[in-house]
Amino acid sequence: MIPAAVDADSYGVVELKIPSKAEWVAVARLAIAAVASRLRFSVDEIEDVKLAIAEACTHCIQHAMGSDAIEITCEALSDSLHIVVRDRGTTPRLTHVEKLTGDDGRTEELGVFLIRALMDKVDYSTDATNGTELIMTKYVTV
Amino acid sequence: MDIKVNVRESDGDAYVVDLAGEIDVYTSPKVKDAITELIDQEHYNLVINLEKVRYIDSTGLGVLIGGLKRVREHGGSVNLVCTNPQIKKIFDITGLVKIFGIFDDEQSAMKALV
Repeated sequence: MIPAAVDADSYGVVELKIPSKAEWVAVARLAIAAVASRLRFSVDEIEDVKLAIAEACTHCIQHAMGSDAIEITCEALSDSLHIVVRDRGTTPRLTHVEKLTGDDGRTEELGVFLIRALMDKVDYSTDATNGTELIMTKYVTV
Repeated sequence: MDIKVNVRESDGDAYVVDLAGEIDVYTSPKVKDAITELIDQEHYNLVINLEKVRYIDSTGLGVLIGGLKRVREHGGSVNLVCTNPQIKKIFDITGLVKIFGIFDDEQSAMKALV
């Protein structure tokens, strides 16, 4: 896991592992929103985090072939929320979308685009044997 | 978590799809089925009412886009009713405001179909 910023105080780490199935995405969404609500995020910012984590999980479910679980680590820091979403799928993944292609409507593109738009910092780490990690951070602005 | 889907006929050959709840990877197939069924029955002018939708993700957007593409092939249109600022924001971020007609009330959405 890529470490969070070392100069921010950590309020705690929440770890969650869900089956890589559509019906479990809401659990991840609500759990991470609950963690986000412990920081000074606005309602809109918490909604951003909810959507980003849901998009990340959806991406794993739809594209991480061979991975039966999604592992989420969420650290509440004094200045930010730091989330790592990990799967063990080894298939290549779309990680960057410069611009959405008109009305093409590829949900994978839309999902990656939304994650990058809603979170302040987004990195992917893909390993051919260990799978993919999505590391994303949302900073507290108030 | 669930999505409620209600389909009703409106003026002319237009149909309204009322959605209530959350549209995500789990619930979006139900929305897709309702829209697909209408299109298969040759109803190409649709208003999709999102007023009671609390949440939508990329799979939900994909369903709406897919429906729009299909009706456009037949000269039809899909207009949306949306008042939730968070959902409007998602349409803004993704540029879908340029593709869909998005209205504050059903009457305006219906009027803009013709």
